[in-house]
Amino acid sequence: MIEIRWHSRAGQGAVTGAKGLGTVVATTGKQVQAYALYGSAKRGAAMNAYNRIDDKPITNQATKMFPDYVFVIDPALAFTDDITKNDKPTTQYIITTHLPKEELIAQIPALQDKTDRVFVVDCMQISLDTIGRAIPNTPILGAFMKVSKMYELDFFLENMKKVLSKFPQKIIDANMAAITRAYNEVK
Amino acid sequence: MAKEFELNEVEVWDGNYAASQALRQAQVDVVAAYPITPSTPIVEGYGSYVANGYIDGEFVMVESEHGAMSGCVGASAAGGRVATATSSQGFALMTEVLYQASGMRLPIVLTVVNRALASPLNVRGDHSDMYLGRDSGWIQLDAFNPQEAYDLTLCAFRIGEHLDVRLPVMVHQDGFTTSHKAQNVTPLKDDVAYKFVGDYVPVNDMLDFSRPVTHGAQTEEDWHFEHKARQHKALMDSRTVIDEVLSEFKSLTGREYNRVESYYMEDAEVAIVALGSSVETAALAAKQLREEEGIKAGVVAPRCFRPFPYDLIRETLDRPTLKAVCCMDKSAPGGAMGALFNEVSAAAYTTASRPMITNYIYGLGGRDFAVEEAKRIFKEQKAHADAGHITTPIQQFSGVRGPRLGFFETRRG
Repeated sequence: MIEIRWHSRAGQGAVTGAKGLGTVVATTGKQVQAYALYGSAKRGAAMNAYNRIDDKPITNQATKMFPDYVFVIDPALAFTDDITKNDKPTTQYIITTHLPKEELIAQIPALQDKTDRVFVVDCMQISLDTIGRAIPNTPILGAFMKVSKMYELDFFLENMKKVLSKFPQKIIDANMAAITRAYNEVK
Repeated sequence: MAKEFELNEVEVWDGNYAASQALRQAQVDVVAAYPITPSTPIVEGYGSYVANGYIDGEFVMVESEHGAMSGCVGASAAGGRVATATSSQGFALMTEVLYQASGMRLPIVLTVVNRALASPLNVRGDHSDMYLGRDSGWIQLDAFNPQEAYDLTLCAFRIGEHLDVRLPVMVHQDGFTTSHKAQNVTPLKDDVAYKFVGDYVPVNDMLDFSRPVTHGAQTEEDWHFEHKARQHKALMDSRTVIDEVLSEFKSLTGREYNRVESYYMEDAEVAIVALGSSVETAALAAKQLREEEGIKAGVVAPRCFRPFPYDLIRETLDRPTLKAVCCMDKSAPGGAMGALFNEVSAAAYTTASRPMITNYIYGLGGRDFAVEEAKRIFKEQKAHADAGHITTPIQQFSGVRGPRLGFFETRRG
């Protein structure tokens, strides 16, 4: 079982990202869950989305999880959210930031004993450059593919195209560029 | 003629989308709806299928949930296949008309996304609305995950419209926990699903002008009781049809459903009885406890909340190994023991084994129910079993902050 917790703001596409990841993973025969905790949240409010991935049917219907991966897709939430909540000695963190990794970790005490498990990527700048909007949900998945080695980049891109097929070609292409850049730039 | 909808063999759907696809495949003629969180996407989905030619049906916009169910009653009496969706306050506002629908024997399907009732206002999932419907004369089926929300919605049409039943059916799923959680769902192809549900067979339809009928007549002490007694008998007797339809569904899909589901009960010493998505979490906890600590834990879950499966609850609980059972109610009981506790206790009272039974109120307003808490409750049941008597208050609260709450005690072994 792989468990992922997303830290996002409502409107940044965490739910779409979590469902997109789930849809891609399900095409490979795995079982998935994608859900969120938002309720009556307003645009801009901090929220969580979640993924579970397993080879067997997933029956844990609780919200609570002990994440293997934590995605922080809004830079400020790394400072204001409890991003290490229910973590494990192996939990890996992928954080959106414009700061160099060392500088970010220096400002977040909870990460200071986890430096080898923290990865940074500037999904905000990447999505602004490629998609034209601060929509960090798809780039974080590119970074995740690199960190987790779950799938080859090309395989993931092909399947994400299908997930995004209802959008105009221009948007699909921009998302592919964003995923590829984040894959290459995550450190 | 409605267009076919392209579906993958495995989809990743949340419970709402799964239910809306079932309404589409059943080719529901009329949906009268007043959308409410968290069930909005079900009727939104139906509306988009109509607009895009995937259903040859009609979406009726109304001014309230009272109007929604009234519209459903009218369309169903006229002779169409009818469905809608609601939650919480919307369900409460529908309640008056729910009794009319069942009394008029109209096989409407209501997909209910369970949500807490105000006050305080809360959009999240608990079973307050499901419990509010329990005396309304509807069949109530309960889905624990999105696949089941899809499967049971298809089955609901078959059950309700069966000529020996002719009763409205609710298909419940948990707000957010199921309605907004995307999981793998294996849908049927459109033609296979429709063939399973079958063409709608009208009974005493008002649009049959060659045979005028009256619906919603008034009866006083002369006939009212006979009507209600027959209605109750139809509901009790629907158990056979429910079993048949679920068994036919299994032959078609390989997916097995029972009026009472049980997990690891063969040799269980302690058990949790629950409804909704918590069933799956509790079953996972039971499996882990067996592996980790050798505690023989099991889970019992009424799939069919109404008609209440006294027969199968008795059968499932009547085993000599079973010592302690915890009934978990996700609805504020308002000055009583939880409804599931009361009903399961009444069923277990006539068994030979008569296990000790306690009650937990939990999960109100969407409070999370985690595997660790299910394990703690199993261990508490084990303590009752080892002591030979109930070691805690009979009614307790799980996952609530503040001073510990508990009511009533007994030393009965």
